[in-house]
Amino acid sequence: MEARDVWQAVVLRPRRYPFGGWPWRAGGYLASGVVAGAVACAVLLVLLVASLLVAGIPLLLFGGVALGGPERLRLRLVDRRPAPDPHRVPGEPGLGAWVRVRAGEGATWRELAYGLLLATVLWPLDALVLAVALGVPGALLAAPVLLAADGHETKVLKTVLVTSYPPALAAALLGALLLVALAYPLGLYAACRGALARTLLSPSPPDGLGEVIASRARLVDAFEAERRRIERDLHDGAQHRLVALTMTLGLARLDAPPDGPLAERLARAQEEAGQVLAELRELIHGIHPQVLADYGLGPALADAADRTAVPVDTDLAGLPRLPAAVESAAYFTGREALANADRHSGASRARLAARHDGRVLVLTVEDDGRGGADPARGSGLTGLADRLAVLDGTLTVTSPPGGPTVLRVEIPCRVSSASSSPRTASSSARD
Amino acid sequence: MPRQLRVVLAEDGVLLREGLIGLLARFGHEVVAAVGDAEALRAAVAAHEPDVVLTDVRMPPGFQDEGLRAAVALRAERPGLPVLVLSQYVQRDYAADLLDSGDGSGVGYLLKDRVGQVEEFVDALDRVAAGGTVVDPEVVRQLLRRRRDPLAALTPREREVLALVAEGHSNGEVARRLVVTEAAVGKHIGNILAKLDLPPAEDTHRRVLAVLAYLQA
Repeated sequence: MEARDVWQAVVLRPRRYPFGGWPWRAGGYLASGVVAGAVACAVLLVLLVASLLVAGIPLLLFGGVALGGPERLRLRLVDRRPAPDPHRVPGEPGLGAWVRVRAGEGATWRELAYGLLLATVLWPLDALVLAVALGVPGALLAAPVLLAADGHETKVLKTVLVTSYPPALAAALLGALLLVALAYPLGLYAACRGALARTLLSPSPPDGLGEVIASRARLVDAFEAERRRIERDLHDGAQHRLVALTMTLGLARLDAPPDGPLAERLARAQEEAGQVLAELRELIHGIHPQVLADYGLGPALADAADRTAVPVDTDLAGLPRLPAAVESAAYFTGREALANADRHSGASRARLAARHDGRVLVLTVEDDGRGGADPARGSGLTGLADRLAVLDGTLTVTSPPGGPTVLRVEIPCRVSSASSSPRTASSSARD
Repeated sequence: MPRQLRVVLAEDGVLLREGLIGLLARFGHEVVAAVGDAEALRAAVAAHEPDVVLTDVRMPPGFQDEGLRAAVALRAERPGLPVLVLSQYVQRDYAADLLDSGDGSGVGYLLKDRVGQVEEFVDALDRVAAGGTVVDPEVVRQLLRRRRDPLAALTPREREVLALVAEGHSNGEVARRLVVTEAAVGKHIGNILAKLDLPPAEDTHRRVLAVLAYLQA
């Protein structure tokens, strides 16, 4: 099993740990933490001064929010688990709505607390740990070099005077051993530091909420299974019988006297049956498009783009096969967004792009319409946001009056094992 | 009068399977084996060496696209084996996979509804068995709605011609439908092939490549 964070790397694989990438990641996390903390400290001082003039107070209060994003990103260095953004998406555009939502959220104040901690206590501590874990072995390792540079003597760690190579090399050897040995406390400190950041910046939902999410996931699963069942029933039942019916009518037309009233009625009946079949086919496609199951998200979205009246530029190349729930949620969200672009936006052009970077699927739909779309007011997107939330996904819509409208979906997920099938490679290469 | 064909039929719905056997018999074709799943289809083809295979896309055991997969696999083993696939999906990916298989000739992708137009359906089967290429007009229509390259370079008339070629019509038939001379159609096709950058080769093969370019655009 691959370690998901630096703590597991130390505890589960202690012998392999110092020689892998994790000590580097831990060191990088602390070093960037020192930089971030120093910057935060400087900004804090400036804002404190500015607060005397009142103007700095709101900036100070919301400074934590600005810090949260980069810090969650930085956390990935020592913790590969996704750290979702705890903030809600404001229901309507505009700064006022944003401030109201942010001010009412616990996440905002936790981020502020983290920011204050980072600016005051954490970054000097990070620097100290780095200095001990890397500085001491570094100084020992450098002893032979310093001796060679000086020619006569060097003072190792400013305490022990060394005048010949054997003790200098011994010091270097000791430094190397110490470097390996200190990698462990370095890693453990980085793990604690990361855990603190996660607790404040991206807390997991409390137990009760976890249960709600699980039950919602079951509902979505049941809903999905029901869709498939309805699709299968229609396909095996009504659709099949209607095809048989048109065939029977076709054969009857062969037997009817040509150009007589019977032949004409049969032709009419067959035409009606054909229209019912076409409508049924569209209905089934709307409930559960088979191309999604057979070919995956890329071809299914390309197909949805084909069916949109507004011209759609697509960028769907290289999408792997993803878990069925992810493909389904992303597909229906993309299709709903395209439908909205078609119906409401007055757009003349839309763009649909999806890519997967190995960890997260990102889907964006943009149109050049008049904007002002409100996801909260029953555009069909709210239900889809629920489906995405179950998958730890997020949906953001920006649609200022005058446009453009940009919808963005992110779903953390791994490539599905089915992606090894050659068909996926050939069909996604086509887009 | 087209020759009598020996057909292997794969369709899991009993109603339609029995209906198709009767329909084909009426036109003098013989269904030498009628099966209900993809594995039986491959066995039946090996046992009977038919003139043409007629198969459904969705079949047991997975009820996904087993029939189409079987057709593609069969054509990988026997590149010249004519296959007509009946489908419920207006989707270019299925048709394109089929046209990619084997040497690209003797394949067809039709919506199941077409079996109602009995004579046209049997005619399509004849054309596929004779090495022609048939793509359902509805699939072609969906493709025409696309506004993407490489077909952007084609004039509307050239698209019309290509659409009819994709449906499996000869130059003469295309000329009749568009009410132009056959020479004009030949000229359009020459322009289409040039615009799609298709290398000079044996003529029918290039036509198939043009249709493929069309499907994959």
